[in-house]
Amino acid sequence: MSLYLAAILLAALSGVPGLFLKRRGGEVAAGALTAAALLGIGAALRVLLGAAASGFPGTSVATLSLPSLPLGSPGLLGLDPIAAWFLIPVLLLSACGAWYGTRYWEDPHGHPGRVRFVFGLLVACLALLVSAAHAWVFLMAWEGMAVAAFFLVITEDRLLETRRAAWIYLVSTHSGTLILLGAFALLAGAMGHWNLGPLPRGFAASPAGTTVFLLFLLGFGFKAGAMPLHIWLPLAHAAAPSHVSSLMSGVLIKMGILGLVRLVAWVPDPPLWWGVTLLVLGALSGILGVAFALGQHDLKRLLAYHSIENIGIILLGLGLGLVGKSTGHPVVAALGFAGALLHVLNHGLFKGLLFLAAGSVVHATGTRNLEQMGGLGKAMPWTSAAFLTGSWAICGLPPLNGFVSEWFIYLGAFRAMALSRWPWSVGVLASLALIGALALACFAKAHGAAFLGTARSEAAQRAHESPRAMLLPMGVLAATCVFIGVFPVAMAPLLDRVVAGLGEGMPPLAAMAKLPILTGLALALLALALALGRWLKGQQGAAANLPTWDCGYGETAPRAQYTASSLADSLVTGARFVLLPVTHRARVRGLFPKGTRFESHVPDPVLDRALDPAFRLGAKGLALLHLFQTGQMASYLLYVLLTLLFLLIWMVV
Amino acid sequence: MSPDFLIALTMLTNFTLVATSRVNKAIQLVVVQGILLGLIPIAMGLGRHLHILFMALSAIAVKGWLIPFLFRRALREVHIRREVDPYVGYTMSLLLCALGTGLSLVLAHGLPLKPGTSPTFLVPAALATLFTGFLLLVSRRKALTQVAGYLVLENGIYLFGLLLVEEMPILVETGILLDLFVGVFVMGIVINHIRSAFDSTDTRHLAELKD
Repeated sequence: MSLYLAAILLAALSGVPGLFLKRRGGEVAAGALTAAALLGIGAALRVLLGAAASGFPGTSVATLSLPSLPLGSPGLLGLDPIAAWFLIPVLLLSACGAWYGTRYWEDPHGHPGRVRFVFGLLVACLALLVSAAHAWVFLMAWEGMAVAAFFLVITEDRLLETRRAAWIYLVSTHSGTLILLGAFALLAGAMGHWNLGPLPRGFAASPAGTTVFLLFLLGFGFKAGAMPLHIWLPLAHAAAPSHVSSLMSGVLIKMGILGLVRLVAWVPDPPLWWGVTLLVLGALSGILGVAFALGQHDLKRLLAYHSIENIGIILLGLGLGLVGKSTGHPVVAALGFAGALLHVLNHGLFKGLLFLAAGSVVHATGTRNLEQMGGLGKAMPWTSAAFLTGSWAICGLPPLNGFVSEWFIYLGAFRAMALSRWPWSVGVLASLALIGALALACFAKAHGAAFLGTARSEAAQRAHESPRAMLLPMGVLAATCVFIGVFPVAMAPLLDRVVAGLGEGMPPLAAMAKLPILTGLALALLALALALGRWLKGQQGAAANLPTWDCGYGETAPRAQYTASSLADSLVTGARFVLLPVTHRARVRGLFPKGTRFESHVPDPVLDRALDPAFRLGAKGLALLHLFQTGQMASYLLYVLLTLLFLLIWMVV
Repeated sequence: MSPDFLIALTMLTNFTLVATSRVNKAIQLVVVQGILLGLIPIAMGLGRHLHILFMALSAIAVKGWLIPFLFRRALREVHIRREVDPYVGYTMSLLLCALGTGLSLVLAHGLPLKPGTSPTFLVPAALATLFTGFLLLVSRRKALTQVAGYLVLENGIYLFGLLLVEEMPILVETGILLDLFVGVFVMGIVINHIRSAFDSTDTRHLAELKD
């Protein structure tokens, strides 16, 4: 516990020296965050491994409590296995992001000192949040996290787009907090105190339980970015500095999942429809998220939509586990929960990696538009390799980590199908498969358009590889992705420990999911890939540095290449009934038509098509209130007087 | 002097305040009202409680010395004309003030007060002073007369507070005084800023700030 508290303190103060130092502030902050990460991950691993050594289930949870508080609390913080599990990606990603930021965000116009300071605060709030054992601690850390993230999103406040993104983020996060406040108040009313902990049997089926579940779904759904509530996510992730996007997408949105996981852990008898709701929501987010990602040209916006997709996958796993728990099938429950939890970690790792790589591209070319890139693989081989690793993992392809977590969910769904003929398990399988295939198409587009072919713009031609301080964090994350993918057995005992807290009688995973076989397969695949690479190298000989092959046409212009949009066009038009892409094209007339242009984009379904018009309409109605805003102080005072008189007379009569 | 006499005097100052056309006179009347209010708790025989005595004396000091001092300074600095410059004419103001006083007498009867509160003129006087303060705030243009209105409003609240003075912790009363001081302070700043921005202290100019 003390290690963990020291880590939080170190993280919170990491940006302070940088405010006073003229130089090397970034390195100091990054060093502090690295130390915090080492301490915190050490504490987390001790929690996750310690009890495994001393036998299941270890009930001793390290807690921090203060002697007496007005709200009557024995425990404020509890570093239980769930907290420890979520703590690992938080600290790992923040340390990587901080080192990355030392070179990525050093322009004095970007307020690097301020960014570092708030970054440290954000990390501290995140680390505090995971282990909150009291509703007020939870809400305060939650709010701290939200506000810190707001300040990071609005870093480039001179851009209109950034200010809009930040405001939308602030509005949605506060709506979420409001809903959560209600949910926690309801919980406290049912429990009689504000401590968070196991709920009594029967509570889940009661009306209060139903309301709490729905409010949690809404409040945490806002943060996680589940599909109809994702409005802030693509904007904010695109607008924030890349190392911040990496932290936000990698761990901040997972705090919504943390809330739901906590609820699952507290409730001993969840009704069946809870799990089914999560499954439906997960399938919706997953499929729509990846479908909308296909239509994006902005690299970071594309990645943001993939976060929505991955939240969908996590929700699918969580829903499957919940269904297993409520129907009394611990095997299904364990596999579903393990898949969801491992995907939380995995998505943090590979999405963090992808955002860092995307940031490296943005750093080199100065644009986020995929149509302006191309051919970067030659100038930036390491970034390209990092992006490819991340893409490989996010598509759920073996032998990387994304495959392992999806493997758990697939297995769980198959088990569920075999146990009793649940129609949803077929739905889970179908949507997972669809998500995987579409993700593959989308990353083929993203990686192909950015790194392959030839440069489509001047900026892309002048691109250069990023400095080592930016490449190393990517390397660390990529190595972790490969490690989990190749040796999932190493994660099994940790996962077992977390899953044991979510239900009773959970069977151990390693044997059930045939993890050693996965290792063998992964090693075989790696060996095959290496051999193939060596063979190709041998074939190519010395002629490695030629221009990209132009299919024998010769002298083709870079504009003749497939663009990112044209690569995805068949899929986008195929799904136009959901995506509703908008195209602007001028009609071509005559024998010698003038130069013309073609544009297409896919607006967000909820924000651009529903909420924006609705709010515009509302603003028109509220303009009537201007009648009362005369600007005369006397008339405002008159309103006060009239109200006072009305109240007095109302009270007397 | 009986407290009722002082209360009646307070209500009379209300009427005079509403009817006066000079800024200087209005300030003097506010000062007089403040001193009267400071005397009321002593006349009520509450002077035996040390903290109430302290409160009354400090109220007299603040309202009788500090506030007029600040007022005069403001008056000197902003060089305004001596007229009150009302939105609502003096006769109309008087009528409205009378209406407010009558209404407060009626309302005070029906108010669900704490049992054991002696039915004095205190409650109607408090309400009447409150309404007068509001009337001044709403119907006068100059920032300085608005400050006077604000002070009268505070006096009304203070009168209401006297009702509970025995049970009320001293903290609340000093709170009232502090509030008042801050009010004058803030208004002073506002006055200066209106003047420097618009070259006059007419609050109508603030309407230009609306969106």
